[in-house]
Amino acid sequence: MYNKEKLDAQKAERENWEKNKIAKTLAKRPERKAEFTSTSGFEVKRLYAPEDIADLDYNEDLSYPGEFPYTRGVQPTMYRGKLWTMRQYAGFATAEESNKRYKYLLEQGQTGLSVAFDLPTQIGYDSDHPLSEGEVGKVGVAIDSLKDMEILFDGIPLDKVSTSMTINAPASVLLAMYIAVAEKQGVTPDKLSGTIQNDILKEYIARGTYIFPTEPSMRLITNIFEYCAKHVPKWNTISISGYHIREAGSTAVQEVAFTLADGIAYVEAAIKAGLDVDEFAPRLSFFFNAHNDLLEEVAKFRAARRLWAKIMKERFNAKDPKSLMLRFHTQTGGSTLTAQQPDNNIVRVAIQTLAAVLGGTQSLHTNSRDEALALPTEDSVRIALRTQQIVAYESGVADTIDPLAGSYYVESMTNEIEKRAAEYIAKIDELGGAPKAIERGFIQQEIQDSAYKYQKEVEKGERIVVGMNKFQIEESAPKGLLRVDPVVGEMQKEKLKALRAERNNNKVEESLAALRKAAEGDENLMPYILTAVKEYATLGEICGVLREVFGEYQQSVIL
Amino acid sequence: MDIRAGLSSGSKRAAARLITMIENGDPEAIEIIKENYHKTGKARIIGITGPPGAGKSTVTDKLAKLVRKQGKKAAIIAVDPTSPFSGGAILGDRIRMSDLNTDEGVFIRSMGTRGALGGLSKSVHGAIKVMDIFGYDYIFVETVGVGQSEIDIVKIADTVLMVMVPGLGDDIQAIKAGIMEIGDVFAVNKSDREGAEKTATEIEVMLDLNGMTEYRPPVKNIIAKDNKGVEELWEAIEGHYEYMVSSGNFNKRREKAIETEVLEIFKQNLLDKVMRLQKNTEYLSGLIIKVFKKQMDPYTAALELANILNKEEGK
Amino acid sequence: MNRPIRVLVAKPGLDGHDRGAKVVARAMRDAGMEVIYTGLRQTPEQIVEAAIQEDVDCVSMSILSGAHNHLFPKVVKLLREKGGEDILVVGGGVIPEEDIPGLKEAGIAEIFTPGTPTGVTIDFITKNIKRN
Repeated sequence: MYNKEKLDAQKAERENWEKNKIAKTLAKRPERKAEFTSTSGFEVKRLYAPEDIADLDYNEDLSYPGEFPYTRGVQPTMYRGKLWTMRQYAGFATAEESNKRYKYLLEQGQTGLSVAFDLPTQIGYDSDHPLSEGEVGKVGVAIDSLKDMEILFDGIPLDKVSTSMTINAPASVLLAMYIAVAEKQGVTPDKLSGTIQNDILKEYIARGTYIFPTEPSMRLITNIFEYCAKHVPKWNTISISGYHIREAGSTAVQEVAFTLADGIAYVEAAIKAGLDVDEFAPRLSFFFNAHNDLLEEVAKFRAARRLWAKIMKERFNAKDPKSLMLRFHTQTGGSTLTAQQPDNNIVRVAIQTLAAVLGGTQSLHTNSRDEALALPTEDSVRIALRTQQIVAYESGVADTIDPLAGSYYVESMTNEIEKRAAEYIAKIDELGGAPKAIERGFIQQEIQDSAYKYQKEVEKGERIVVGMNKFQIEESAPKGLLRVDPVVGEMQKEKLKALRAERNNNKVEESLAALRKAAEGDENLMPYILTAVKEYATLGEICGVLREVFGEYQQSVIL
Repeated sequence: MDIRAGLSSGSKRAAARLITMIENGDPEAIEIIKENYHKTGKARIIGITGPPGAGKSTVTDKLAKLVRKQGKKAAIIAVDPTSPFSGGAILGDRIRMSDLNTDEGVFIRSMGTRGALGGLSKSVHGAIKVMDIFGYDYIFVETVGVGQSEIDIVKIADTVLMVMVPGLGDDIQAIKAGIMEIGDVFAVNKSDREGAEKTATEIEVMLDLNGMTEYRPPVKNIIAKDNKGVEELWEAIEGHYEYMVSSGNFNKRREKAIETEVLEIFKQNLLDKVMRLQKNTEYLSGLIIKVFKKQMDPYTAALELANILNKEEGK
Repeated sequence: MNRPIRVLVAKPGLDGHDRGAKVVARAMRDAGMEVIYTGLRQTPEQIVEAAIQEDVDCVSMSILSGAHNHLFPKVVKLLREKGGEDILVVGGGVIPEEDIPGLKEAGIAEIFTPGTPTGVTIDFITKNIKRN
């Protein structure tokens, strides 16, 4: 990229500067730390200059937005054409409550919906299952049947609003319910746009809401790819996630590596199931974290885009340019927010928002200041939304594309992260791919080691968390936090009783029997699930049948 | 807590407490064992060993479930390594036996090696006796799976099951003939993985080399997590038992185990006694300094230490 | 006391976030404790049964899903029924301050909220176990 002569001259000047100016300054005042490292563990130098990116080839390594390898962004005009979707994850208690919150957020300027389900729903249990005791409606909305889903989206036009659903093991069932609700609104499936998370591998790694073992889970996922390619073409069938891997304690490099490794596993599974890569790959999407180290995060997003594009092209021979584009949603890092001095979290989220936007995210959820304490109040979530709006309209960073490109530091880091992530992926390949690596506990062990290292650094004071291990104050307990009334559990149980009385139980039995038979064979299960859902079979009943046929995942824990 | 009362009522709490007392060297525990020793001997002790990652815990879980199906009670002692630096340990084998947790007829106890050089502390012997006394029909002892513990398990168990797994590659060769000899039954777990054939073959070859004539340890392919091949594996374990009984070796092996145990206790008692006797005078420290300064050699020092006992007797 | 303290680290309920539990377990091991980790999705019955069989000094539970008011007291109740009243019970995770008095009344000795250094938790357990 640079003229060799000029480059040599620059290097010489730098050496001169280090030997003289720097040496003198250090003698008078040493630097704050003996070593500066990024959260991924590599050295952060005092200064970056042309020599650090001497081999960078603009056309090959960066190119233009919307052009391979998409380092600078996947859309040609990026935010000048359309701002990222402001999509706040929300949901709690009953469908009625959540519906109210969705309408509030849409009124306040949110541009897409994101549904949070409670743990029983995520794990395929109805609200009256013994294991659901105490958990109904706590971390998200309780959905036991299509009836709840109808209430959840009441008054929300599904042909106008795109919806992301954070659901994994029973994603097929919730997707079927969404399609059924849309039909009742008169909206055909081909008009629906949205996402289901549907990423089981990261559940095994870091999140824990799995149900079935690996093989049948992959089958359900590829069934969904196939079904949507034909019937719901605007739907993002998977959100391959790194967010939770990072929350579990991984570094930025590991976040990229393990996410893309999971992605590779899904692509391989779909190809094995007989799909053509360009049939489903355009609808794969990703989900990353936005952490505090602003510049490292920006580099991370760019590295991920470039690496995935190369993988899809070279490894899978994808031809459709859309198959090569890494589109992603971002959430600001929940684990970076503190219970101490919660208002500080607003500042953290603002920095993380900048990271995501400068990194070219397609949609963004910003956490609320009470993240470490409870689910957000209306006020807290509004501030989080305003944070995105201020960055969008007042900061100027959305007015030009990939503004940090060319920065010696950012380009250097992008290269470094790509390189290290690729090394990890190669290692995982050696182990036989992500599912095998998970079985052996390799990925989990790496994450735990990073998590423990981080904790030790914080406790030793080597890593500062403002308000927590430095700049603390005496605080009283915060007031006015959101609480989910335990009566929600009872209400859902009542609703279930009523539902079972008023539906056609024969039809339900029939549909479940048909589902069971199909599950034992190898047909696509989506049509069967859709039928069962429309007869108002409950989530627990449908998942119960699948549990019987597929068995349950056995956790293999490495500590 | 009244352990003796708990004993007659079969209380798990009492059994658990008794094991703790043994682990902590509580002399009361030894008294209780003495009083009940005549009740031991009925339980069959199955040692489960093999390299880390072979799936020992999962295999143990499945075998215990089989035992339960037969209406018998199963006890599991899962040993994990204690950190030599901190003295702490993470005992995680229970995770793979979640279902058995609330089964009345199952008792699971996790133990750290607690600095035992052999990888199996004498507390394990004690815990086995407790399980025996409390009426468990089968006692599974799952070892750490590296080095010395494999050797130790032979001295305790009636049958040793060695769990292997494909993909260890050269490690099979590295798992020397000496270690392989201790297996009475072999299982190749995760046998759906690449290399399972090879692993099974390598074991067979090693068994050929050992040239056993009377009894040939069977090698069973299993997939423990899917519960495949587990019944056949159990048959093989029962098969070993039948062979041992009909050949008269069962009792011989137990006698050998008792001999080992008695000698171990003797050695420990002696050592404890000597250490106790010399404590006030710090005789041992003095000897060590002399040896360090080359004023004495270690052999002489050891003899001198033994003399403490004579002095004591002589009094 | 020269014997290792035995602690059961448990994840009650459906919550699958185990970073905290694992970090604390590791710190406890480094502090010389024997830690029995139960893994995810433990019912109160499973937790108590494990605590009894392992004869632990302390049961420490981690939960981030908001179900603590239901699950924690249940564990204490079952422990008492099974003769485990001398076992120290502590908890941690996403637990609002205002719930803590109620939990303490139900028998939880201490709740460790986000940001608590592992040393504080370990110290508390060491000083407060009821057997020696």
